[in-house]
Amino acid sequence: MATGPLSARQPAAEDIKAVPVRHPGRWVAAALVALIAVSIVHSMATNKNFGWSDVGHYLFDARITGGVVTTIELTLAAQAIGVVLGVLLAVMRLSPNPLVSGGSWLYVWFFRGTPVIVQLTFWYVGISALYPTINLGIPFGPQFIHINANAAISGFTAIVLALGLNEAAYMSEIVRAGIISVDEGQTEAAHSLGMTRLQTMRRIVLPQAMRVIIPPTGNETISMLKTTSLAIVAAGTELFAESQNISNANFEIIQLLIVASLWYLALTSVLYVGQYYLERYYARGSSRELPPTPWQKIRRGVFSFGHDPVALGELGAPRHESNPFMP
Amino acid sequence: MTEPMVKAEGVHKRFGRLEVLRGISLEVGRGEVMCIIGPSGSGKSTFLRAINHLEKINRGRLWVDGSLVGYVQRGEKLHELRDAEVAKRRAEIGMVFQRFNLFPHKTALENVIEAPRLVRGVSKSQAVADATALLDRVGLSDKLASYPSQLSGGQQQRVAIARALAMKPKLMLFDEPTSALDPELVGDVLDVMRDLARDGMTMVVVTHEMGFAREVADKLVFMDGGVIVEAGDPREVLASPQHERTRLFLSKVL
Repeated sequence: MATGPLSARQPAAEDIKAVPVRHPGRWVAAALVALIAVSIVHSMATNKNFGWSDVGHYLFDARITGGVVTTIELTLAAQAIGVVLGVLLAVMRLSPNPLVSGGSWLYVWFFRGTPVIVQLTFWYVGISALYPTINLGIPFGPQFIHINANAAISGFTAIVLALGLNEAAYMSEIVRAGIISVDEGQTEAAHSLGMTRLQTMRRIVLPQAMRVIIPPTGNETISMLKTTSLAIVAAGTELFAESQNISNANFEIIQLLIVASLWYLALTSVLYVGQYYLERYYARGSSRELPPTPWQKIRRGVFSFGHDPVALGELGAPRHESNPFMP
Repeated sequence: MTEPMVKAEGVHKRFGRLEVLRGISLEVGRGEVMCIIGPSGSGKSTFLRAINHLEKINRGRLWVDGSLVGYVQRGEKLHELRDAEVAKRRAEIGMVFQRFNLFPHKTALENVIEAPRLVRGVSKSQAVADATALLDRVGLSDKLASYPSQLSGGQQQRVAIARALAMKPKLMLFDEPTSALDPELVGDVLDVMRDLARDGMTMVVVTHEMGFAREVADKLVFMDGGVIVEAGDPREVLASPQHERTRLFLSKVL
């Protein structure tokens, strides 16, 4: 007589060892990708027109490395202006006063609505034509400081101003989205503890908004790094302009484009790492436990061979904290 | 005659055309515990939030410890208080929210020391000592370095209570402090509140915990439709409600 389904057979008291599902499609796709990659590398290595030895020759040329330094300076200065002004514009945009929020809206409308190369040219040639001297003082009243615009706004200043002011428009939208993403209960809790609006924004809302703000800001910084190449229209001396200067003289156009590309790739890679650690920093408390960094993974792989790496408790959070059955 | 800690006279609040509070008058004496009960949408949370000016009232008067909430009277006219002055008054009133509203980017200890450091300018060592004592008092001395996401709801709410107490408030407001908790975690939070009441803290508690109200409250208020339907000694109101509306509500929740 057949037994009932429940008493059919006790499941074995050992871990399941099942035959995994095979994925032949994945193997085919992987082989295709590998084939394409190998053929590209092969053609690049064997094609003499690439002139790799010349690329190597110019990679650390003093003019190129000088250009790299200028590119970094331009990126940092312009992005700094963009972030600071962007936060200001975002806070203005959220102001209850319509003139203040309207002013912020108008700024964003203008700087997002015109091409950055037009703005750049404008700052380089337009400003000193419109305002030969810049007067600072009381509007419609006495002026105290007189600046010769041509002398004050050098190529470098014009580029930083143009890129920074343009960036601020984009950053303000990013910051605003971050601020809005923070739960209103946070503001209420801070207010109920006696914090002023400014204290609440600085200590409670902005640090939490950073989680939303950082990833697109990293994106913007990478974009900024490459946009600095537009400085070539303003007699810039950054990486792309320098590489063009050299190739204009020796006609090794391809080689110098490769040199510039390699440097841009190297610089953006550095930014990737920076963004990764910034994101991690601002993710504090957002999940129960942060995943290990690549560096932590390597260290554990080396030093904790044979142990459960997570139980070593290298991360801030004790793992079994809320488990009452753990000693 | 000592002044009551909270005094409301004909308080009205409108959201657009919706009248949420339609003339609330009550008094909470010093050291008293008042529980406010009522169906959702009855305006009880709005009234609680009005006490520390998270909601602006449209009509009537509201005093905490003798001073008007959110305004100052000069002659006939009411003048709105500046942000810094509103903040100063709020610092004296602790508030505990249904959804805890802990600062997720700060540890339990950092949550508690934040406001004393920032608002009162307490030294770091002093703030940490106070906060450690408070977290110990709510039974969380082993959770100082935990982030809110690593704590259970009941633990988070107890951190929130410690955070409010760190400002040494003269009045504590509780907005359904146990409504978002698993049933088995409610008891720990109520224990902390019971201790607080025993120590003489003035408390206004919006709650659905009738047992707590019966045991701890000095006064029970039943609100519905933006008005106080019935108020009095909690044991009497709960045992023999005088109004049909109260009777109906209690029959559903008890």
